[in-house]
Amino acid sequence: MRFTKDHEWVSLDGDVATIGITAYAAEQLGDVVFVETPEVGKTVTAGEGLAVVESVKAASDVYAPLSGEVLEANAALADAPETVNQAPEAGGWFAKVRISDPSAFEALMDRAAYDAFLETL
Amino acid sequence: MTMQTVGRPTRPEDVQPLATGFASLTGGRGLLQDEALIFERDGWNKTGVDLPEADLDGSDLGDLARAAPIGLPGLSEPEAMRHYVRLSQKNHAIDLALYPLGSCTMKHNPRLNEKMARLAGFADLHPMAPVSTVQGALALMDRLSHWLKTLTGMPAVALSPKAGAHGELCGLLAIRAAHEAKGDPRRRVLVPTSAHGTNPATAAFVGYSVTEIAQTDDGRVDLADLEAKLGPDVAAIMVTNPNTCGLFERDIIEIARLTHAVGAYFYCDGANFNAIVGRVRPGDLGVDAMHINLHKTFSTPHGGGGPGAGPVVLSEALAPFAPAPWVVHGPEGLTLVEETVGEAAQAFGRMSAFHGQMGMFVRAYAYMRSHGADGLRQVAEDAVLNANYIKARLSGAMTPAFPDGPCMHEALFDDTWLEGTGVTTLDFAKALIDEGFHPMTMYFPLVVHGAMLIEPTETESKQEMDRFCEALLALAQAAKAGDVDRFKGAPYLAPLRRLDETLAARKPRLTWKPSSGVAPAPLAAE
Amino acid sequence: MRYLPLTPDDRAQMLDVIGAATIDDLFADVPAAARKSEPFDLPHHAGELEVERELANLAAMNRAAGAGPFFCGAGAYRHHVPATVDHIIQRSEFLTSYTPYQPEIAQGTLQVLFEFQTQVAALTGLDVANASMYDGSTACAEAVMMARRVTRRKKAILSGGLHPHYAATTQTIAHAEGMDIVRQTVAFDAEAAVIAAIDSETACVVVQTPNVFGVATDVTAIAEAAHEAGALLIVVTTEAVSYGLLKSPGEMGADIAVAEGQSIGNALNFGGPYIGLFTCREKLVRQMPGRLCGETVDAEGRRGFVLTLSTREQHIRRDKATSNICTNSGLCALAFTIHLTLLGEVGLRQLAAINHAKARRLAKALGAVPGVEVLTKRFFNEIAIRLPGDATDMVEALLEDGVVAGVPFSRLDPDAGLDDVLLCAATEMTLDEDIDAFAQALSRRIGQ
Repeated sequence: MRFTKDHEWVSLDGDVATIGITAYAAEQLGDVVFVETPEVGKTVTAGEGLAVVESVKAASDVYAPLSGEVLEANAALADAPETVNQAPEAGGWFAKVRISDPSAFEALMDRAAYDAFLETL
Repeated sequence: MTMQTVGRPTRPEDVQPLATGFASLTGGRGLLQDEALIFERDGWNKTGVDLPEADLDGSDLGDLARAAPIGLPGLSEPEAMRHYVRLSQKNHAIDLALYPLGSCTMKHNPRLNEKMARLAGFADLHPMAPVSTVQGALALMDRLSHWLKTLTGMPAVALSPKAGAHGELCGLLAIRAAHEAKGDPRRRVLVPTSAHGTNPATAAFVGYSVTEIAQTDDGRVDLADLEAKLGPDVAAIMVTNPNTCGLFERDIIEIARLTHAVGAYFYCDGANFNAIVGRVRPGDLGVDAMHINLHKTFSTPHGGGGPGAGPVVLSEALAPFAPAPWVVHGPEGLTLVEETVGEAAQAFGRMSAFHGQMGMFVRAYAYMRSHGADGLRQVAEDAVLNANYIKARLSGAMTPAFPDGPCMHEALFDDTWLEGTGVTTLDFAKALIDEGFHPMTMYFPLVVHGAMLIEPTETESKQEMDRFCEALLALAQAAKAGDVDRFKGAPYLAPLRRLDETLAARKPRLTWKPSSGVAPAPLAAE
Repeated sequence: MRYLPLTPDDRAQMLDVIGAATIDDLFADVPAAARKSEPFDLPHHAGELEVERELANLAAMNRAAGAGPFFCGAGAYRHHVPATVDHIIQRSEFLTSYTPYQPEIAQGTLQVLFEFQTQVAALTGLDVANASMYDGSTACAEAVMMARRVTRRKKAILSGGLHPHYAATTQTIAHAEGMDIVRQTVAFDAEAAVIAAIDSETACVVVQTPNVFGVATDVTAIAEAAHEAGALLIVVTTEAVSYGLLKSPGEMGADIAVAEGQSIGNALNFGGPYIGLFTCREKLVRQMPGRLCGETVDAEGRRGFVLTLSTREQHIRRDKATSNICTNSGLCALAFTIHLTLLGEVGLRQLAAINHAKARRLAKALGAVPGVEVLTKRFFNEIAIRLPGDATDMVEALLEDGVVAGVPFSRLDPDAGLDDVLLCAATEMTLDEDIDAFAQALSRRIGQ
């Protein structure tokens, strides 16, 4: 699993990346009430908006950590947005994306680097 | 003597104070009744009106006629009266106690204004009735315009916007039209970080990208940052003055000069005009457009969230682009310009179907006439005096966000003073409910941490403000003394305890739905 | 100054507590150049009696609709409002409260909104309603922009039967937001022409029924054509009482329905304040503009209501909000819901039937006047008639006979070439004698 400074996580299976927000982000947001997931088939560019996650108090953009094409969105979040709070780095994933440049994955932070980054906040 | 011992006791028995947890047997709470929804009273065949039989000798509607039931319950008149009166008793109101919502200006609503708006000559007047039959209404709009223009020192006013945000939209559309008329469409609008959310929302809506301007440590627009961000692609700056921190922008004239120097227009959000009415004319500050919330400065009632009214005063440069309709003096009296042709060809369009919030115009005009120019000046002075008084009284216990210098019509505190108490701004506000007051505006403006924005308005007596300050001071002491439960569980004494907003947003239930003829199961907290 | 409680003594004491010498010290941040020192050229304060006199004089310069035979409609309708409605909306707790930001002490307003939303959804045959908009025309503009968010397309087709002021408002507001507005040619039965214009770029079609000429239309086929192309159907209604008699927008396949709700509970008020009704299908709710009230529970598990889904709104989303709207039309919504509760289904249907019967009588009487053609065949309570001459001139002439005959179409749209068309509405307020007086005067004037 790799991480970004915007608190997204990515796990890679072949060229398919699963993307979500980190436990830290989920904790900071508070109760998640809605996730606007991307349309399947949409092309996303690293650093641009992938999804929107809403808590009662705020709506936050989730950025695509990697570029590619959206293969699947987590439909279960529609009825159970609380999964993002309960299992942010597992069942609370947002989208699966076929990435165009697998090497970009390695350039993201690993767990230790992300934890160190969190220490600086 | 005759010993008459029959009759009711007239003193309370000596009883121990009730332990917590007392509950009535049926859920009633003294005068406060639980009130079922109108859909839960089996009123599907009831009505509270008596209407004559319809004299229908047939209909050509055919399959256009409604076949299926609508699903509307009815109540008889006594039931309806009770339903709404019971519900009303669950609301806080200005008429009950101080309502210190900062930036909302909850002031007394004179009932004379209600009476005037209900005169048949205003209320029973059709917007498209022949102009010769509505001369009094047009004269009232004309007089209101005159007052608004005189008080603001601006040459023109568009009356039709229906609320503050609608007025902002009107102002920005006029600005956009003015730039386009010059063949110089621009892209950006500058908005201070402390702005009300409607400012960036409106600018984005009109197609501009929003650039935020930083704020100085003393709560004003950062001139250096403004200068750095101004450029030939800037269409307008939107500045609230007095600003959302309750402070007058000292450099306002320089802000206007810098804005005009790059060919941009100065939109002033007039939400806080009540602090300066009669003392300062926005026209003298270099403003090009400003909406005026009649429901704030000129005291038309807020009505539980509207209707408002948001006329926009405009500078010479923007006046030709004002939307239809407007009142003009013609040879046969007053008339309305309703189409954007001829002399009105530059008008940017139309904000709504008719002429604006006439009912609010009548109320606002009655209010202006009652106060007069001298009274309106006193309104601003007392509003500012009251806010500074509250700031002075509370500053020992709470931390003002901007301690140096006077505030205008509202006093802003941050939550520094709550550090270490375990009590948040929200908790503190909810505890104020138990003391009988409406909480202040919380967490706005966003630039101040845990903001508490208190606007007493000029219609509060010193006695009521003292009562309010004493409640706040007592709560502050309790918070610092570690009486955390008082806050975390608050409110205890309101019709309902704290509500689960997360549940409402996760499982939206926005209408009542019958499920097989019975009420749906109540939502359960997660 | 009866609205100001502070005495000179209070002011002095308060300045003392503040530590300021004079009130001017508190205005120290105002630049000297901006301090208005000379008095305004405006009158000084006045007592109730004086103000009442001035306003009563202004009101007396107007001819109230109730002063005689009166047939204006065109988006604003004169109906009877029960006395109970005005009494309740003047209760302090409703009149002088704010947007229910603190739900624990605003359950009155919130439960009313929840009931209102449910009633409006039922009337329109759709799933969810918001807590109201400024009026029907701004609701129409908001619906068009919502269709853009839902479909991510930019083109909106406005039927030629849409009220010209609604079209102009939508053109102004939605165009500003970047939409392409295609307004079709004005015609009595313009609705059918909409279908041919729908293409794969179309975000929505906007159809009014009954339309501005009073023509009631079944829009089911339009809904099908729109859905086929991936577009939404927005149905506009300017006379909410018609819901009591006509098939609802939802039944005919509308995705969004908007309406002017003034007819129920609210006076004519010379055009405002009115109340926009806004409803849509459940799956579109996240793109809806305006305030929404929802059910929840409190800390003790009791049912309560809160404003919800507020992350759509400007105070949180700021420049990404679904709309810049801040307030709704709260007190007008209250009046609407009280009146509708008094009516109930039984009363609303009856009221609608009476309106329809009055309009039928009007159509018959006017149709019998030589030289007059009734253009509207299937209507609710409003018809368009063609006169042998200019409608504006005829309205002016009939005023001398004490009859306010209606709204000349050219006042709504001078460019439509329909100068001889007059819109005439009848409601339960219309007396049979009014209709007879109108027909007789019209007959006399045409004969001259």
